[in-house]
Amino acid sequence: MADQAGTSAAHQETAPDPAPGPGRAATPVRDGIGLGLAVGVSGLAYGAAAVGSGLSTGQACALSLLAFTGASQFALAGTVAAGGSLAAGVVSAVLLGSRNTLYALRLAGTLAVRGPARLLAAMGVIDETTAMATAQPDRASSRTAFWATFGTLYLTWNLATLAGALGAGRFGSPQDMGLDVVGPAAFLALIWPRLRNGRAERAAAAGGALIALATVPFVPPGVPIILAAPAALAVAWVTRGRAAGAADAAGGGAAAGDGAPR
Amino acid sequence: MTAVWAAVLATAAGCYGLKLAGLVVPPRLLERPLARRFAELVPVALLAALIAVQALTSGQSLQADPARLAGMTAAVAALLARLPFLLVIVAAAATAAVIRLC
Repeated sequence: MADQAGTSAAHQETAPDPAPGPGRAATPVRDGIGLGLAVGVSGLAYGAAAVGSGLSTGQACALSLLAFTGASQFALAGTVAAGGSLAAGVVSAVLLGSRNTLYALRLAGTLAVRGPARLLAAMGVIDETTAMATAQPDRASSRTAFWATFGTLYLTWNLATLAGALGAGRFGSPQDMGLDVVGPAAFLALIWPRLRNGRAERAAAAGGALIALATVPFVPPGVPIILAAPAALAVAWVTRGRAAGAADAAGGGAAAGDGAPR
Repeated sequence: MTAVWAAVLATAAGCYGLKLAGLVVPPRLLERPLARRFAELVPVALLAALIAVQALTSGQSLQADPARLAGMTAAVAALLARLPFLLVIVAAAATAAVIRLC
């Protein structure tokens, strides 16, 4: 079991860090905590929106504690607000969470968790933790980054949800502080090194972004993101030969934090 | 009330189940080159989609909010200047906040 996990992780992240800088080990922790705090504050907006939609404070908090994936939480609150079919609302909210399955596929080998630790880690597989973990140069940093981001974001998101549900949003919206830009800016910073270093990565990113923008007007919010997955599949198909002959190159792609601007 | 609670708990169970499903897939299935390449590229494609949607849309329409665009421009400038990660997001948020104040 442990052997399997070790092998697949070794495939994914074997590239050595060519330029270990001072304070390198501290970066995943510091960056993870910073991102967790900054993004977690958006829980204020979610808490306020959820209660405004007709969810109780307990229901708003239960979603943050147990679903812990923003897009799905907003989607269910939106359905309740619109008075739509709850069953349909549940289905679309859950479907919105399917991108986390794809993230988990990528993170499984890196995290290499079993038993109770795996049940806990699963809760933390979301956009922010995946972006932070996959931007690291080696497996140890990836795991550290995942847990630091997850722990901080989980605490902040849940506290902010409660505060937002209780009305704290009245004292200034996250948007006024520019916090709505934190997510996209952070994701861009985290995929930046991979975009610089890989043509396949650039193609997948451009394809994904174009598909999402083209479909936004026609499908419910959140769906355009998952529709970007075929872009990754297409690029993977075109470049599969390259990956087959060069496990190291694939690892290098995963570990393109090498040239990270830090 | 009870129906809403059922919906809340069903959503939570479904979302958690989807996350767990990806973690419990046998590593062997991911050893095929195409699957591994796909798993490698998925975060890039999806996060790029997320960036585009969060930066350039509002609800279901394409919308260029000047403050958000300025924030993203500041992020790109900070990245080109090779600033550390936290400074990149601070630059982006501060720029958007200042523009909204004006």
